[in-house]
Amino acid sequence: MLSIKNLHVSVEETTPILHGLSLDVPAGEVHAVMGPNGAGKSTLSYTIAGREGYEVTDGSILLDGEDLLALSADQRAAKGVFLSFQYPLEIPGVPALTFIRTALNAQRKARGELEVPAPEFLKKVRAAAASLKMDFDMLRRGLNVGFSGGEKKRMEILQMAMLEPRLLILDETDSGLDIDALRIVAEGVNAMRAPDRSMLVITHYQRLLDYIKPDKVHVLAKGRIVASGGPELALTLEKEGYDRIVAEAA
Amino acid sequence: MAAVTETIRTVQGLEADKYLHGFVTDIEQEFAPKGLDESTVRFISEKKGEPEWMLAWRLDAFERWQAMEEPDWAKVHYPKIDYQDLYYYAAPKKKPQLNSLDEVDPDLLATYAKLGIPLREQAVLAGVINSPRVAVDAVFDSVSVATTFKAELAKAGVIFMPISEALKEHPELVRKYLGSVVPVSDNYFACLNSAVFSDGSFVYVPPGVRCPMELSTYFRINAQSTGQFERTLIIADRGSYVSYLEGCTAPMRDENQLHAAVVELVVLEDAQIKYSTVQNWYPGDAEGRGGIYNFVTKRADCREARAKVSWTQVETGSAVTWKYPSCILRGDESQGEFYSIAVTNGRQQADTGTKMIHLGKNTRSRIISKGISAGKSSNTYRGLVSSHAKAKGARNFTQCDSLLIGKECGAHTVPYVEAKNAHSVFEHEATTTRLSDDQLFYCRSRGLSAEESVALLVNGFVRDVLQELPMEFAVEAQKLVAVSLEGSVG
Repeated sequence: MLSIKNLHVSVEETTPILHGLSLDVPAGEVHAVMGPNGAGKSTLSYTIAGREGYEVTDGSILLDGEDLLALSADQRAAKGVFLSFQYPLEIPGVPALTFIRTALNAQRKARGELEVPAPEFLKKVRAAAASLKMDFDMLRRGLNVGFSGGEKKRMEILQMAMLEPRLLILDETDSGLDIDALRIVAEGVNAMRAPDRSMLVITHYQRLLDYIKPDKVHVLAKGRIVASGGPELALTLEKEGYDRIVAEAA
Repeated sequence: MAAVTETIRTVQGLEADKYLHGFVTDIEQEFAPKGLDESTVRFISEKKGEPEWMLAWRLDAFERWQAMEEPDWAKVHYPKIDYQDLYYYAAPKKKPQLNSLDEVDPDLLATYAKLGIPLREQAVLAGVINSPRVAVDAVFDSVSVATTFKAELAKAGVIFMPISEALKEHPELVRKYLGSVVPVSDNYFACLNSAVFSDGSFVYVPPGVRCPMELSTYFRINAQSTGQFERTLIIADRGSYVSYLEGCTAPMRDENQLHAAVVELVVLEDAQIKYSTVQNWYPGDAEGRGGIYNFVTKRADCREARAKVSWTQVETGSAVTWKYPSCILRGDESQGEFYSIAVTNGRQQADTGTKMIHLGKNTRSRIISKGISAGKSSNTYRGLVSSHAKAKGARNFTQCDSLLIGKECGAHTVPYVEAKNAHSVFEHEATTTRLSDDQLFYCRSRGLSAEESVALLVNGFVRDVLQELPMEFAVEAQKLVAVSLEGSVG
């Protein structure tokens, strides 16, 4: 399970963005983190994933009891942390297939496992692409180059399916998706639900949670969790907006 | 120069002795003293047993060279070269006395390992002298391999031999084509090369023959004999095809600081030459001291209709690189291509590019240049595309991409375009990008280390050009590019 205690984070020595954030996501559960713009949602996802420049001044992040803060981004990935980006990057000249296989083998190597045999990899990636309704030829092109917003998000979910992480962080995965793409992406995420996986769904809107049903909802405002509850909390927020809850917390 | 005269006399004595005592010569003694004057040129020519016309050719070059000035227009800086302080013939190698691989610089060995070079070859490349069996084995291997190759080439009628041998066995061919692409006084360094070149390769592919192999493996094995002033001459006769690869992916230590080679390609009607280079000479220490100066003149002459030439280069080594493989598109409908990857790191400087001279009708050329700068290095693309008044329908497409890694390096693009008729179409595209922190983090969040991330991003950047290399070398070149950039992100 993911366990965040009293997390304080500053970005490039400016004002602290997160101060005193605590959050537990047990294995097998899906938690949503909702919050207004500028609440620190992306900072939270980047800090868990280990982006450089996000300085943790206090607190801890443990995954199954292991201290993530002591590890680099790639070491965390090998431990099973996966961040689905709000704006996935383009990598010209590197076909998606190459990218995913390189990443998968790097993680396996870090864990002391053998490289995945090419036929097995291809079989699996074909099946995953088909379930996300992606044209397989897209995987032979430069990663995300010339892809639409929806295609990029599907590519993130495809990578997630192939890397089989223990902790999934979805950062604003619904942004830029039309309703059909949203459904396909959500189905892909739901297919990943498993007793040994934790999922953190970071979103501004409730809409995504119609498709990916959370076990718990947390409200992030002013750098910490100000309210937690069941799925009904998301509906309340959708109706009332963030103002009242944020004001009450202040 | 009394000393020179004396040396020459001594050597002449040795030559005379040869016939008494057989062909045993002490190779260590075969060198001319430091410095350059007419007697040095005569000494070299005599040592090679060259015909009279060759000596005259060299002397003519030497005379012209003396009247020339070293050019300074390239965007590179290096201390002034003292031409009287160099050896011009078989300089004695001052290699450190290494008894085993254990004594070799661990960094160098680590690099060899990353490039996947077999242990035996490692010992030869690093110059371990007290393990002659290693070296001898390798030499024997290469001799036997070379012999097999030669038999196959001979069957096809392809001539492939050192140019000094070709001067003896095929003087008419050498005389006809030598200097016909790069004239003696073409430029300062080519002129110097013409006067003092020691050896190099000669290739002749007869009409209609497709050379049965890449002329590469052979060269790789022989790469340790890379000379200071190499001279290469390749002729593809009508309708023939040859692919030639020079260089070595292993970092070569060399005491010869100045390298001024000349490569001439002659392409006749419907023939094609594909010339690939992988250059990874010593770039110097962290401060750039002791690295190689690589001032090379490479030119191809598409002399007749529909001749085609492709230059592909991967340049990762040397302290200073200054080279512009060029194509003269003389024949109607002839084609020239230039694909380049130039990587600079540390304090390396590269000023490289190409010239496409369109003289014939409907000639076409294509330039894809990928420059990668890291550390405190400087990387310049300099290219000329020109069309003559008669070159109606000439077309060129140029794409010039620069990638910057870090904040202290520089990339420059200097395109020259001259169209002397109204029926030419020249296109030029250029981009400069910085390796972004976002891309790096994206890769790392998927499990790639910092270095693996850079390697992946850079290999994506150079992919178009890598695809032009012969298959087995593309893989090595890909690793080489990654190794060259190690430590470029912190």
